[in-house]
Amino acid sequence: MTSDALTGGFAKAPQQSARAFRGLLEVMARPGTIHLLEGAAPPAPLSVAAGVALLTLADGTTPLHLTGAADCAAVRDWVTFHIGAPLVAAEDADFALGRWQDLQPLHRFRIGQPDYPDRSATLIVEVDRLEAAGARLTGPGIKDAAHLSLPEVAAFRANRALFPLGFDVLLTCGAQVAGLPRSTIVEDV
Amino acid sequence: MTQASETNAYNFAYLDEQTKRMIRRAILKGVAVPGYQVPFASREMPMPYGWGTGGVQVTAACLVPEDRLKVIDQGADDTTNAVSIRKFFQRTAGVAVTEATGEATVIQTRHRIPETPLTEGQILVYQVPIPEPLRFLEPRETETRKMHELEEYGLMHVKLYEDIARHGEIATSYAYPVKVEGRYVMDPSPIPKFDNPKLGDNAAIQLFGAGREQRIYAVPPYTQVVSLDFDDHPFVASKAPHDCDLCGAKGSYLDEVITDDAGSRMYVCSDTDFCTGRREAGHVGRLGVAMAGGVA
Repeated sequence: MTSDALTGGFAKAPQQSARAFRGLLEVMARPGTIHLLEGAAPPAPLSVAAGVALLTLADGTTPLHLTGAADCAAVRDWVTFHIGAPLVAAEDADFALGRWQDLQPLHRFRIGQPDYPDRSATLIVEVDRLEAAGARLTGPGIKDAAHLSLPEVAAFRANRALFPLGFDVLLTCGAQVAGLPRSTIVEDV
Repeated sequence: MTQASETNAYNFAYLDEQTKRMIRRAILKGVAVPGYQVPFASREMPMPYGWGTGGVQVTAACLVPEDRLKVIDQGADDTTNAVSIRKFFQRTAGVAVTEATGEATVIQTRHRIPETPLTEGQILVYQVPIPEPLRFLEPRETETRKMHELEEYGLMHVKLYEDIARHGEIATSYAYPVKVEGRYVMDPSPIPKFDNPKLGDNAAIQLFGAGREQRIYAVPPYTQVVSLDFDDHPFVASKAPHDCDLCGAKGSYLDEVITDDAGSRMYVCSDTDFCTGRREAGHVGRLGVAMAGGVA
């Protein structure tokens, strides 16, 4: 284990995770809005927002799937020390973290069961830019319509078609985070 | 032991971090599937079941140190349940509190939605006794879960129809079932059906916590919430046909208060903050006294 793995967590976990959760709640309840997550310094290539989201939501009871560049020794050590989430294959994961192309194919992730749609994966997708422009979003949490830069549209349309099943997505870029729950209807502009 | 060190003996907002993470994950899944009841590992709280243990756990998982908390019980800020929960979070989370709906960032409620419209940035947390709207029609959890899965809600319409057959109208006056985003039938907790129209298209995030029954569910902002009804018996958001006797409000939900042994009664706003605000603004009802001259 590298010594870097021991640093970069929350300094005041109760308060910092509370503020981070409020950001996560706002972005999931209002798709298209972007909030800032701060307070942690995860190792590269993880973004601050992705690291904070993991510290806030994941623990020893939530299997985590790391993929692509995020699946490196530095990140694995950091996750093991600060979060303790078991690292698993995509099929068994409650949370998955990586870039969009590395998370493919998406059908591997859990979409819940018809009687328990909550037993589904949450994908934390690292993106290069995140802005309130691009694909048109409508549905719960959105007053008229919102816009969000998404890596693609077809996959989210397919995911919405599964409702109430489906995975939920957090998009992270630097300290920014946006949410895309399965309930959102995504359209090309 | 001093008051300060006693307070510091609690983690922020009472619950431990592992518990809060578990509740937070359930809340996010609830937000993603509006109206669906997410099971969660409800904890024992330092108050009895039925006193809002579910709402308290949801509030504890949402609170940040900068929050301003309002707690109401049937619309009132000054009843036992509201006062004790407010003090609980003052002590364990150190948050500011308020009675003004407009100033609050988190509002925990037992059985009312405030009269003052909520805004973006506010969270309304409901205390829920029985989260399953089908429970009194079908006692088995395995069956009601199947009914939600198959969207099999005919039984609920039979119940409403039996109301009409027996009483000539839908007699259900509180905990009136709603359908969320055309998918899940949801119990809005025992709010009067007068409040049902405020559930839909609300700017605030609405979270529901049932401690004893171990369920969390949510209605995100601007979500479609429809009260179940029939074409020939449409839903009516009813209230007592009176004005508030203290502030004269015509459109607010009223409590009936018996005032003597002869059966005299007065009707007052159930929402104490709304009523006080109107009286401070100079409105006077039938039995009210102008605020400058003291409280009626």
